[in-house]
Amino acid sequence: MTDRLPGFNTLAIHAGAAPDAATGARATPIYQTTSFVFDDVDHAASLFGLQAFGNIYSRIGNPTCAVLEERVAALEGGTAALAVASGHAAEFLTFHTLLQPGDEFVAARKLYGGSINQFNHAYKNFGWNVVWADSDDPSSFEAAITPKTKAIFVESIANPGGVIVDLKAIAAIAKKHRIPFIVDNTMASPYLIRPFEHGADIIVHSATKFLGGHGNSVGGLIVDGGTFNFAGDDRYPMLSKPRPEYAGMVLGETFGNFGFAIACRVLGLRDLGPALSPFNAFLILNGIETLPLRMQRHSDNALTVAEHLQGHSKISWVSYPGLRSDRYHNLAQEYCPKGAGAVFTFGLKGGYEAGVKLVSNLKLFSHLANIGDTRSLVIHPASTTHRQLTDEQKTQAGAGPEVVRLSIGLEDTQDLIDDLNQALDAA
Amino acid sequence: MLIELPCPIPYVPFMNHDNYPNDYIRGILNSVKTIAMVGASQNPARPSWIVTKYLLERGYDVIPINPGLAGTELLGKTVYTSLKDVPVPIDMVEVFRNSEAAGPITDEALALDPLPKVIWMQLSVRNDEAAAKAEAKGLQVVMDRCPKIEFGRLSGEISWQGVNSRMISAKKPVLSGKGFQKLSLNRP
Repeated sequence: MTDRLPGFNTLAIHAGAAPDAATGARATPIYQTTSFVFDDVDHAASLFGLQAFGNIYSRIGNPTCAVLEERVAALEGGTAALAVASGHAAEFLTFHTLLQPGDEFVAARKLYGGSINQFNHAYKNFGWNVVWADSDDPSSFEAAITPKTKAIFVESIANPGGVIVDLKAIAAIAKKHRIPFIVDNTMASPYLIRPFEHGADIIVHSATKFLGGHGNSVGGLIVDGGTFNFAGDDRYPMLSKPRPEYAGMVLGETFGNFGFAIACRVLGLRDLGPALSPFNAFLILNGIETLPLRMQRHSDNALTVAEHLQGHSKISWVSYPGLRSDRYHNLAQEYCPKGAGAVFTFGLKGGYEAGVKLVSNLKLFSHLANIGDTRSLVIHPASTTHRQLTDEQKTQAGAGPEVVRLSIGLEDTQDLIDDLNQALDAA
Repeated sequence: MLIELPCPIPYVPFMNHDNYPNDYIRGILNSVKTIAMVGASQNPARPSWIVTKYLLERGYDVIPINPGLAGTELLGKTVYTSLKDVPVPIDMVEVFRNSEAAGPITDEALALDPLPKVIWMQLSVRNDEAAAKAEAKGLQVVMDRCPKIEFGRLSGEISWQGVNSRMISAKKPVLSGKGFQKLSLNRP
């Protein structure tokens, strides 16, 4: 007697996006407005008191952004989501909702360099202390847990590429210690990996990457899995204690299994302000409609290019879990059998100098600090994204001096291979 | 049309209480008018107050039940001590108490004449024994659900908050006609 849930391709196009109630517009309208009129004074009071569903002001919520939120919540299989200005904002609001000054969280050491910076430096100002664990060794997460640990954070496929994290093993540790398990699913997208199915409680995204997919809009999302019971848990006062901001309301109780997403919105987004523009939400939504098609092509193309590079005389190693010889191939088969994503790294025999030359010589690959574009992208992390890290941190993060990262786009693979060949010849 | 399996019969004697069809919930919310709210609170921060207000705004006649507040007014409605004191027939009894208390409240509801049509236990409230008793007498039962959330989900209102309504449709939601930001359950 259950209502059958539509398939992933259908959700990617339809979830959250019914025709506009007022006009019948079929594409999601860009509600480019700061504010929304109230029906009357009582309606305004209901909205401000979180007693009615509706729109007040676009810093707190916007109908275009809401379509994006429901779309991504549906694709990940979560209860609710919150769209924010960037992937960093998604991480920030997530930790703001979970941590108090003096608290700790355990994070995998292999992460996007920007997240490493955020955790190591910016978060120190709030008294949130990161404790690093070995991405390849789930027991190191357990060893890092203390009574102050409020969250565990990993990337499902870790930047700068080539690492698949054993989500189930880390989820089991998080469950055992009753700690929310946060997964950054940016690199995989829900098409390749759905972390809630492997025990995640919260998912964050940089929608800038594969969700938007066209390199035109920065944005982020927080998705609530509805799986962690915050109500009555004194460790999480944002969700379990009466909130003075809302006349004593207990958010985790009032909003049940989507209380975390609501708390991120009404305590985080409302007061800290990193709202997503409705125009960006529209572009990201447009991108998501083709997510299943693009992610498959990204992965297929990446495998073709990685296989080619593996045999190249100037390359010492290629780290792509789609390759049969890769150390993460078995984990990739388990977690992302459709493909291992667009992004991977390789090592140049010529080291740092060869990396700098290669990015200069490429003509089709764009040298820039992003991933997940229709265009193929290249970066030399040691001289750019990971520049601020120490040499030891660079190597630990998989961004040593000889490492080059590619984000393979949707072009013809022969053109990509030709461009890499000519640039390697000249490097 | 909504993508969901049809549920042609309005009353299902042995409901699966883990997973309700949308049509079952919609049928209930479309048919009941008078709702007795057992465990109503006068504290606007409490979920029972919020749900009472929301349902009143959607046109339901919500009658608050709370012995501690009997005789006072709550959101303009007189509060009664118990279900049997309510002077009009009750379509739906909403249990805003804990799962254990749902047992005796259901017993009280089943002693009413006329019988209510629906016993609705709030989100986190579940009492399978009480549900079986009520269903044996021909009542519909909903457990561990919030009528405000369900109304918001089925109408489309909850989507404004980024909540996964688990519904998709190529038909536009229907404005309730009572303001800009209220949607009707009568979505095609």
